[in-house]
Amino acid sequence: MDKKKLVLVGNGMAGVRAIEEILKVSEDLFEITIFGSEPHPNYNRILLSKVLQGDTKVKDITLNDWEWYEENNITLYTGETVTKINADMKVVISDKDRVIPYDELIIATGSVPFILPLPGADKEGVTAFRDIKDTDVMLEASKNYKKAAVIGGGLLGLEAARGLLNLGMDVSVIHIAPTLMERQLDETAGKLLQKELEKQGMKFLLEKSTEEIYGTDRVEGLKFKDGTQLEADLVVMAVGIKPNIELAKASGISINRGIIVNDFLQTDLPHVYAVGECAEHNGIPYGLVAPLYEQAKVLASHICGQEAAPYKGSVLSTQLKVSGVEVFSAGDFMEDGEKKSIKIFDEQDGVYKKIVLRGNKIVGAVLFGDSKEGNRLFSMIKKEADISDTEKITILQPIGEEAGASLVATMSADEIICGCNGVSKGAIVQAIQEKGCTSVDEIKACTSASRSCGGCKPLVADVLQLTLGSEFDASAQKEAICGCTSLSRDEIVDGIKEKGLTHIREVMNVLGWESEEGCSKCRPALNYYLAMVNPTKYEDERESRFVNERMHANIQKDGTYSVVPRMYGGVTNADELRRIADVVDKYEIPLVKVTGGQRIDLFGVSKDDLPKVWEDLDMNSGYAYGKSLRTVKTCVGETFCRFGTQDSMGLGINLEKKFEGLQTPHKVKMAVSACPRSCAESGFKDIGFIGIDGGWEIYVGGNGGTHVRGGDLLYKVKTDEEAMEITGAYLQYYRETANYLERTSAWIERVGLAHVQSVLDDKNKRKELNARMDEALSVYRDPWKEIIEDKKTTKELFETIGV
Amino acid sequence: MDMKELIKTKVHVGSLLDLPERVGKTVQVQKDKEVAVFKLSNGKIKAIENKCPHKGGVLSEGIVSGEHVFCPMHDWKICLEDGKVQEPDFGCVKTYETLLEDGEVYLLF
Repeated sequence: MDKKKLVLVGNGMAGVRAIEEILKVSEDLFEITIFGSEPHPNYNRILLSKVLQGDTKVKDITLNDWEWYEENNITLYTGETVTKINADMKVVISDKDRVIPYDELIIATGSVPFILPLPGADKEGVTAFRDIKDTDVMLEASKNYKKAAVIGGGLLGLEAARGLLNLGMDVSVIHIAPTLMERQLDETAGKLLQKELEKQGMKFLLEKSTEEIYGTDRVEGLKFKDGTQLEADLVVMAVGIKPNIELAKASGISINRGIIVNDFLQTDLPHVYAVGECAEHNGIPYGLVAPLYEQAKVLASHICGQEAAPYKGSVLSTQLKVSGVEVFSAGDFMEDGEKKSIKIFDEQDGVYKKIVLRGNKIVGAVLFGDSKEGNRLFSMIKKEADISDTEKITILQPIGEEAGASLVATMSADEIICGCNGVSKGAIVQAIQEKGCTSVDEIKACTSASRSCGGCKPLVADVLQLTLGSEFDASAQKEAICGCTSLSRDEIVDGIKEKGLTHIREVMNVLGWESEEGCSKCRPALNYYLAMVNPTKYEDERESRFVNERMHANIQKDGTYSVVPRMYGGVTNADELRRIADVVDKYEIPLVKVTGGQRIDLFGVSKDDLPKVWEDLDMNSGYAYGKSLRTVKTCVGETFCRFGTQDSMGLGINLEKKFEGLQTPHKVKMAVSACPRSCAESGFKDIGFIGIDGGWEIYVGGNGGTHVRGGDLLYKVKTDEEAMEITGAYLQYYRETANYLERTSAWIERVGLAHVQSVLDDKNKRKELNARMDEALSVYRDPWKEIIEDKKTTKELFETIGV
Repeated sequence: MDMKELIKTKVHVGSLLDLPERVGKTVQVQKDKEVAVFKLSNGKIKAIENKCPHKGGVLSEGIVSGEHVFCPMHDWKICLEDGKVQEPDFGCVKTYETLLEDGEVYLLF
């Protein structure tokens, strides 16, 4: 039997999802061709804001890479747009004059951003925020310009604004309504969101409408209807999207706001379907991902000739997390004459919850500051649950296990549990029953559910509990350190101590590991715990170390390494600098960079050269790769400074000399500033010292990285000796109680500052901690010297075999 | 199997006893092509292209567990037996034949 020709116009999330669903039904039914206007394979548009924030690359958000198209024998034309459908000939024609015949055709052209028809909208530096190209424009602008204006205070606008803020721009959001996200949030939640975002540095101009974008070639600012102006050298329009119906229009298909489709996603042209944002079902074009997955399923069943349940429209929900602010809304959430609401408003914690009832039925909800209940409420709303025999207020409270399980019990197999990756309840059940998954982590590894934002973890756990029934092992659900064991960190460390375990393999055998040699998560963790329990006897296992720590250098993206020698307290001298310069010349090191931690980093050293470079440098390793003390940053202090009241360099050097090479759960950074101006940024380090009149303030748990956290004042001390003693005890307590890879900022939040203070207040405990610290420090030898002296290790680890 | 497959270069990697267990060895086979050779804890020798299909991570420096290696770049898990990337990621790296003669390990490519 000849395969039928299936053509998809639009290589995005909806269309490709439909193709995936079709392939699930049958791989032999169609010969598939896909056209995409963008030069990329199918990527996750929802995660573009992450790309904008700079921590994610396009490749990371790709949903189907080039290989997927190949493996499924799909012909793909990227960077090519279909301009016409000829229904009589049953062909599509592209802008490159390619003519492709079809038996069945799917239009999935998505949306186009709505660009306000303002004078100057065509100037350089004005962009939408819809695709990878736009994201690149914004990234580029942030390198050369400072002031950004985002027009539109909806979901997309705020995501764009947050991204630009992260890129270091000054961001103003212009919005026409009096509150933000007015389509998803009521007034109270909108105001709360604004307050929260203002704290993060966003500026808002509400109830403003833009009249003109002014400037010469490039935008220089905005003029508003009320006569005011705003300077801006980047303008992002995020005022909304409209279905992309150009092709349908040009081809005589019935359209309204979107391409009109029936309950099986068929347009009024025979054999032509439409799906996703370009389609309008029952008067509604949908702009979110969940409805598009539902539509794709129905379309696939129908096009493959199966009995399909008709598509009946989707209830919408919004779940947003703008840098830590959880916002959720669903259904019909505005009260009016016939809809009444129940609200909880906890001003102290910034939590606001509301459900909207029509009679006894729940029809909408808004959650702000805590959206844990979102999934559950959304499900109730979809079913228009009758709550007449429930204590109304309890609907807004977290539920016990039984209620949670019963919620997923009422879900149908095709309901989506994980919106980010489109994983249905059925797929999760299948993973449990057929692939033997018994924990949330295993399900994540198997299906990708909960892999992206993690918001659906509780639901995944509920499905697991429901599916396994009495076999469900709640103990397996506690925080196991990885998928190879059901044991938590504390159980493992207790096991090591009680049973006197001394090797990684032994730990795995005695404590019943499920994989013979562990994984990249548990092996380094066990290596750390064993050394922490037994610092003088345990022999480090290099094959269980992450590459950087095994090689004592930082691997770079091209496989070369970077080398950071120790410079105690950020102080160096002519001899050292001369040696470094000679090494750079001799080994032709391509980049020399001063780090943020007041040291010098030599980039692009080949693996084979590392030992020779270390030998010629004749300096100690700066442990720039280690879960260890990295650097102690200092200001110049009383030695030269007109303000410094203390010898910050002296204390910094002493700290670094004492604690260098210490093995800690994660990296540890310190800083010493001689006065409250804190030129060494002491408030944002794991341990920071600030000189005051007659002593030091010690701040802990600071972090300047992904989750910025200001340090808490742990103690004020009078002398350097006291500062060293507190530091020793504090660090040892962290070493003994933190999870491997838990930074001090997360640890202090988990165990509590007051608790740590109460431990350190006890003189005896402080002494004991310091004694154990000294024992751990006693085994330190500079690793670079050790390797240079050990020809066997040098050969084993650093030699490349040439042909 | 075509003719190209029949003609192979043989490179001496080292003595079986000298090769460290569960730590990759890098072999440069062309100007910009490397192979990672591993001695597993069961004594088997495995060789794969030294380039993760995800972002070109250096697999010879990954953590080895049983017959798998974890890429140091983004933790992809790759089977040393057939070069297949494990779920939920996907892809494949080229595998190479190795040879043991008189206690010496050779790579064929």
